[in-house]
Amino acid sequence: MAKPEEIQRIKKIAWDLRADVVKMIGVGKAGHLGGSCSLAEIVAALYFAKMHFDPKAIDDPARDRFLLSKGHSVLIQYAALVELGVIPREEIMKVKTLGGKLQGHPDMMTPGMEAVTGSLGQGLSISVGMALALRLAKSASRVYVIMGDGELAEGQLWEAAMAAARYKLDSITAILDRNRIQATGPTKEIFDIPNLEDKWRAFGWNVLNVDGHDVGAILKILDQAAVFKGAPTIIVADTIKGKGVSFAENTAAYHNGVMTQEQYDKALAEIEESRRMLV
Amino acid sequence: MTSPNLRSAYGASLVRLGKKDARVVALEADLGKSTQSAMFQAEFPDRYFQMGIAEQNMASTAAGFALTGMIPFIHSFAVFATGRDYDQLRNSICIPNLPVRICGSSAGLSDFGDGKTHQGVEDVALMRALPGMTVLCPADSTEVEKMMDCVLDWPGPVYIRINRNDLPFIYPHDEPYFIGKVTQLRDGSHAAIFAAGVMVSRSLDAAAALAPEGISVRVLDVGTLKPLDRDAIIRYADGVQAIVAAEEHSVIGGLGSAVVEALRGVSHAPVEFVGMPDTFGISAEGYPELLVHFGLTADTVANTVKTLLKGGKK
Repeated sequence: MAKPEEIQRIKKIAWDLRADVVKMIGVGKAGHLGGSCSLAEIVAALYFAKMHFDPKAIDDPARDRFLLSKGHSVLIQYAALVELGVIPREEIMKVKTLGGKLQGHPDMMTPGMEAVTGSLGQGLSISVGMALALRLAKSASRVYVIMGDGELAEGQLWEAAMAAARYKLDSITAILDRNRIQATGPTKEIFDIPNLEDKWRAFGWNVLNVDGHDVGAILKILDQAAVFKGAPTIIVADTIKGKGVSFAENTAAYHNGVMTQEQYDKALAEIEESRRMLV
Repeated sequence: MTSPNLRSAYGASLVRLGKKDARVVALEADLGKSTQSAMFQAEFPDRYFQMGIAEQNMASTAAGFALTGMIPFIHSFAVFATGRDYDQLRNSICIPNLPVRICGSSAGLSDFGDGKTHQGVEDVALMRALPGMTVLCPADSTEVEKMMDCVLDWPGPVYIRINRNDLPFIYPHDEPYFIGKVTQLRDGSHAAIFAAGVMVSRSLDAAAALAPEGISVRVLDVGTLKPLDRDAIIRYADGVQAIVAAEEHSVIGGLGSAVVEALRGVSHAPVEFVGMPDTFGISAEGYPELLVHFGLTADTVANTVKTLLKGGKK
């Protein structure tokens, strides 16, 4: 069980990351606010508590790998890598611009990126290759891969689910960001995939559930996943799309929305207030 | 003694690379007996990964291997290896420029019996369009062996087009090889034939048949379709009155297109293609019969040369 001060530290970081996401999107420009904010606590827990990842040695073969299969939410990963000093802070203002290092989706030209993802459904397959190669190298590294619930409609992802179970890749921890909203509406209306946990179990996976904004619970369940042997683990994390920015919560409008100056100011003020309330 | 079969040469070469370099792994989509990746499986069971009939996952899994320092070879029929997983090749592999080797086996019409669903006649067009992809099309099993040695440490992704059947030997064992090579197999002054794969031997036959008629033809094997040695194409196309591109591939996007792209901006003799028309294949009782059906023969190549020399269209 993580200490209260450790939980508090990660909670603060999560709000800091959200603030950086809002700054990266800025005013009058489209950006994936909703799916980035739903991941803040999970990404903070991974990069700042659980992953073996030394920001001073980002190519260390012994590092844990982080793959964002739902690559459109890369802003939250950029925020973490900025906070860790892997990406220079000045890059925040240059996201998705010519001459900047931060592409619209994960790209190897950005320091700290492990793969090219964003064409949905490919990250889990990449994690399978990494886990198999790490096993050949007798490495203890883990592979963390984050997927979206809308993304689960991609058939390749279920091919990868079968392969990971077939090879008993217990070094993989997949995390499903179940925010229940995809690009054009609620997943239940767009393309409902019922009995998700049953499906993953039937595919041979260890399935865990967590509240994706409860830092204490996230830290605990990541430990549980890491010690499970004989099968890959998926953590189904229930989250709120746009979490922390009131006008962006639980709506498809800010899947890739544009903020006015007023909204931008409001978003940052709300995030700051939530962070302050922690203390 | 080298087998005249390109698949056997491929499988044996993969085993050789596996012995030389522990980074080599092989992934298969349940066609290992056809692609001959099974030879690697027998030698290195721990570095062989049966991925099931799931080419998309196989391609992105290979990306994961490459990102972890390995050199993965993935296998399927050419039609599936390039088409079924095109987006995975593009995004998982080509954008990060990973050293994944894609073996497109039973390419072209060489899987004669299985028909249009299994005959990859547009694979080169697809692979040539991908930035950073190297595209290789060996003409005989000796070239397969030499090519594989060069492929091991070649930067970025490589597509290897392998014919299913025995093909006549073109090359002696001491023939130097490098990726990017355009090999002149016969010199001549009236016409130049650029050929790839099975059409290399057919083009040599055509040149031999034309010689007694006083028509002197140079024959070039374009074993590397990308990166194409543009200077070599321009040099070999210079001074002749007719240029033919001969390939077992659609006339859209393959060797013929590549030759014309290379010759753009320079004055050159008229060019004609011998290739698959813009259509799918068909089942046939044998490979030679199918090649005849689509006009992929020495006779067609020879007649195309003669027609061009007489001043153009039939």
